[in-house]
Amino acid sequence: MAKTKKKAANALAHTFLAVICIVWLLPLAWVVLHSFRQEPGPYTETFLPQNYTLDNYKVLFTDKSIMDFPRMFFNTFVVACFTCAVSTFFVLSVAYCTSRLRFKFRKPFMNLAMVVTLFPGFMSMVAVYFILKALGLTEGAMIPVALVICFSAGAGAGFYMMKGYMDTIPKALDEAAYLDGATRWQTYTRITLPLCKPMIVYQIITSFMVPWVDFVVARLITGANSKYFTVSIGLWNMLEKEYAFRWFTRFCAGAVLVSIPIAILFMYTQRFYQEAMSGSVKG
Amino acid sequence: MFDAALPGRKEKSATLIGAFKNGGPVTWLSSLMMGLGNLFAGQILRGLLFLAAQVGFAVYMLTPQGGLHYLRMLPGLGEQAQGKVWNEAEGIYEYVLGDQSQLILLYGLVAVLLSVTFALIWRWSVIDGYRALAQKRAGGKADTMKAAAKRLLDSNIHTLLMTPPLAALLIFTVTPLVYMMCMAFTNYSTVGGHLVLFDWVGFENFRNILSFGSAAGREFWGVLSWTLVWACFATFLNFLLGTLLAMVINRKSTRLKGFWRGCLCVTIAVPQFVSLLAIRTMLQENGVVNMLLEQWGLIPQDTALPFFTNTTWARASVILINLWVGIPYTILQVTGILKNVPTEQYEAARLDGAGAVQQFRKITLPYMLFVMTPYLITQFTTNINNFNVIYLLTGGAPQSIENTAGSTDLLITWLYKLSVDQQKYNMAAVIGILTFLVLSVVSLVTYRSSGSYKNEEGYN
Repeated sequence: MAKTKKKAANALAHTFLAVICIVWLLPLAWVVLHSFRQEPGPYTETFLPQNYTLDNYKVLFTDKSIMDFPRMFFNTFVVACFTCAVSTFFVLSVAYCTSRLRFKFRKPFMNLAMVVTLFPGFMSMVAVYFILKALGLTEGAMIPVALVICFSAGAGAGFYMMKGYMDTIPKALDEAAYLDGATRWQTYTRITLPLCKPMIVYQIITSFMVPWVDFVVARLITGANSKYFTVSIGLWNMLEKEYAFRWFTRFCAGAVLVSIPIAILFMYTQRFYQEAMSGSVKG
Repeated sequence: MFDAALPGRKEKSATLIGAFKNGGPVTWLSSLMMGLGNLFAGQILRGLLFLAAQVGFAVYMLTPQGGLHYLRMLPGLGEQAQGKVWNEAEGIYEYVLGDQSQLILLYGLVAVLLSVTFALIWRWSVIDGYRALAQKRAGGKADTMKAAAKRLLDSNIHTLLMTPPLAALLIFTVTPLVYMMCMAFTNYSTVGGHLVLFDWVGFENFRNILSFGSAAGREFWGVLSWTLVWACFATFLNFLLGTLLAMVINRKSTRLKGFWRGCLCVTIAVPQFVSLLAIRTMLQENGVVNMLLEQWGLIPQDTALPFFTNTTWARASVILINLWVGIPYTILQVTGILKNVPTEQYEAARLDGAGAVQQFRKITLPYMLFVMTPYLITQFTTNINNFNVIYLLTGGAPQSIENTAGSTDLLITWLYKLSVDQQKYNMAAVIGILTFLVLSVVSLVTYRSSGSYKNEEGYN
C-alpha cells in the first residue's frame, strides 16, 4: 500500500517537473523554431511554423541595406573587449588596495562606492550623456569610446565580490613575501593575482557580457548613428512597428546567434563562480 | 591626495597647520607660489610640476569663458535668451546665441569640482614642500623623483592603482549624480518651456511631488505603491515558489536532479532582451497564446485576453512572468541551503505525526527565512529597480494620455520615461533622489548588521 502511494507521489512529482520545464523552455524553443520559419510577420496562424528555411540566417548576413548585422556584431565585440579590459583592471586594482592595504582614504572610498551604487543607474544616464557630449564623444567614430566609458567607468565601485575573495587569501603569504624583500607591486602581481584566477575569469566574462545584453545605455549614446549600433539595439529595432513584419523571423535568428555564445559564457562563469565562492586557499 | 599618511614611511605625517607653524618663510611663500619649497629643497621637477598645476588652474579660471565665468553664472543659471538684436552700426538684426542653463550648470559644477581638487593639491604642495625642506635641513638629501617613483610601486602603490578607477568614478559617476541632483532643484523641464533657460526653484519640485493634491503627487504615490507591491510580490512569491520547486527537485526519489535544474537555469543564461521580448510578442492580442486559446475553444472568438492592455491583467502578467525570470535564480541560491536544514528536526516532526505541509511551514520555511534574510532584502532592492522586466514587457503600459506614468511603471521606468522621453528632467531627478532614500535606508540596515561589515578584519 505504502509502496503504491510512494510510486504515485513519484510519478506526480516527475510529471509536475516535466510540465514546469516545458513551460520554462517554451518561449526559448519558440524563438528557435521561428528563426527557421519561412512566412514573415510576428503573428502566425499556427504554433509551429508551416515551412522551414535557413534564409533568415542567410539574410541577416547578406542584406545590409537596412540593418548591418555583421557590423553590429563587430561593434559590440570591440566595445566588449575594451570594456572587459578596463573594468577588470579597475576592479582588480581597487579590490587589491582595499583588501590588502591600509591607507587613510580607504574607508571613505568604500563608503563612497556604497553610496554611488545605491543610486538608480538610469538617474545619471542623461547627465552622463551631457558630459560625453560636452567632451565631444557622442559624434561619429568616438561613439565606441563613449560606450566603453559608460560600461566601465563605474567598475571601480563594483569591487565588493573581488575584495571579499581577496580577503580570504591569508595575509601571512604577503608578509612572507615582504620578508623576502618583495615590493607591494611584486606581491600584487606574483602572489595575489595568480591566487585570484577563478575570480578574475569570472570578472572578465561578466564584464565582457555587459555590452551584449545592455540596450538602454547604448541606445541613448548612439542615437540615430546606425553605423555604431550594437547587436542589442539592432535586435530591438527589428521589432519596431515599421520593421516587425519583415524582420521578426530575422530577429529570432539574430537572437539565437547572440544568445548561444552568451549562454555558453554564462554557464562557464557558473563553474568559476562556485569555485570562487568556496574561497581561495582550500584547507 | 593620498600622500598625507603613508604606511611604512618613517617621519610623522605633517599637517597643513603644522607646516605653517614649523616652516620658515619659504614654506609661507610656497602657499602663494606652489612648489617653492620643493624648488628650494632641490626637487626641481616636483616643484615645477606644482607650479605648472597652479599656472594651469589660474589660466583655466581666468580665461573669458573659463571657470570663473561659469562660477559667476551658477547662481542665476543664465538670463539671456537666444534672439535677434538690432545692430545700430550695421543696420541689421543679428542673431545672438543665448545662454544655455544646462551647460552653465554643467560647466559651473565642473569649475566647483576642479576648485576643490585644486585646493587639495595646494594643501598637498605646501606640506610636501615643507617636508622636503625639513629633510634637507636635517642633513639628508630631499627625496628624489626616482625614489618617489619607486615608492609608487611599493609603499605608495595605492596611489598608483586607485587613481584611475577613482578618477573614472568621480568624472563619470559622481559628477553626473551631483549634476542630476542639482536638476532636482531647478525647473528644467518641458513644462513651461524651460528646456534652454531654467532657474533654481528650491524645494518646489519636492513639494509638488510629495503633496497629495497635485497631479504629479497623485501619480507619484500611485507609482510608489505599485512599486512596493510589485517588489513584495516579486521577492516573496519567487522565494516561496522557488523553494517549493527546489524541494521537489531535491526529494530523495526524484531522478535526473541536474537535468531539471539545468532546464530551468537555461533561462538565466539567455539575455533578457531576447527572452522577454519573445514573451511580449507571444502575449500580444493577436499573439500565439491568444491564438491557441481561441483555436482550442477556451475563449470565444475575437475576445483576446488583454494581457498587457488592461491594468489588472497587465500587473498580474508582469508578476507572473517575473516568476519565470526569478524562480531559477532562487533555485540556484536555495539548493545548497536546503541540504543544510538539520535533518533531526524532520525526523522528530515525523515522529510527532506532522504532515508534509506542516513540516514545510514549521521547519523548512523558518530555517530558510533565517538564512536567506540578507538575500531577500537585496532581492527586494533589486526588484524595486527591476527595469528590464517592466520596460521590455509592457514599457509601463497601459497608460492613459493625461498621465506621465503607465499603470505598470515602477519608479525606475518612470524616471527613465521622464528624463529620456518626456524631458522633465527636474521631476526625474526628484524621483531618483527619493528612490535613493528608500534604497539606502533598506541597505544600510542590512549592511550594518551583516557580519562582513562588523568583522572585516576577523577572517585571517
